Amino acid sequence: MPVRVQTNDFDLTTEVAALRQAQGERNAKIGAIAVFVGTVRDLNEVAAEARGVSQMTLEHYPGMTERSLEKIVGEAKARWDIFDALVVHRVGTLGPLDQIVLVVTLGAHRGEAFAACEFIMDYLKTQAPFWKKETTPQGARWVEARDGDDSAAARWGIEPQADAAGAASPTAARTKGSGPASA
Amino acid sequence: MTITILFFAGLREALGAGREALTLPEGMANVGALRAHLAARGGVWAEHFASSRNLRAAVNQDMVGLDALLHAGDEVAFFPPVTGG
Repeated sequence: MPVRVQTNDFDLTTEVAALRQAQGERNAKIGAIAVFVGTVRDLNEVAAEARGVSQMTLEHYPGMTERSLEKIVGEAKARWDIFDALVVHRVGTLGPLDQIVLVVTLGAHRGEAFAACEFIMDYLKTQAPFWKKETTPQGARWVEARDGDDSAAARWGIEPQADAAGAASPTAARTKGSGPASA
Repeated sequence: MTITILFFAGLREALGAGREALTLPEGMANVGALRAHLAARGGVWAEHFASSRNLRAAVNQDMVGLDALLHAGDEVAFFPPVTGG
């Protein structure tokens, strides 16, 4: 279950080919490859003050990051019948339109590959220790976590990021009742 | 006992510190007690540790709640909600 954290960009075709190659004889049994690529938008989230993002800096927690990504991929492989999965996440300074994250899942059939790919992203958004900081013409600011990320994770039975108190956070309370359709 | 504390992202910037070694006062058993201890430093520490809202914690690189127990040599991290992907 390869996971990588790197400053360099990644090439989708190269990564998929390498992951397939690593399957050995099982490569011939692959019938579905699901891929997600997350990229940097050039506008930030707050519509009322929409403004250009000139730079995105990603900080992470070395050690815990790799550990959490491995746990996420392990969980995906336990839940769905996929052959393997790859997660590549970039850190450091990125620009508008740059690639941030790559998730690839390999399986015999598309249903399992799609579901596992989406699960990995939803889980990653709420559990992997990465933090984004946007630089705009008005200055730099840390991106705030979105309620929608918790509700997307919740449909897989993943607990929202509890406040350190361990109690349900206001975010968790707000997301109750929002099902998969709204995510 | 002595532990290592790490701070990340906006919290790290606000505190002006990314890491410190701390010898815990006698009887400080869990993450919640440590949070209160840091808040008692006052100033920017009080501002960020007085409430657990928007504060996340990990012990030895696993996310935990305030009731997580501390042991000598533990690596404890505090950080804001994550925003990767």
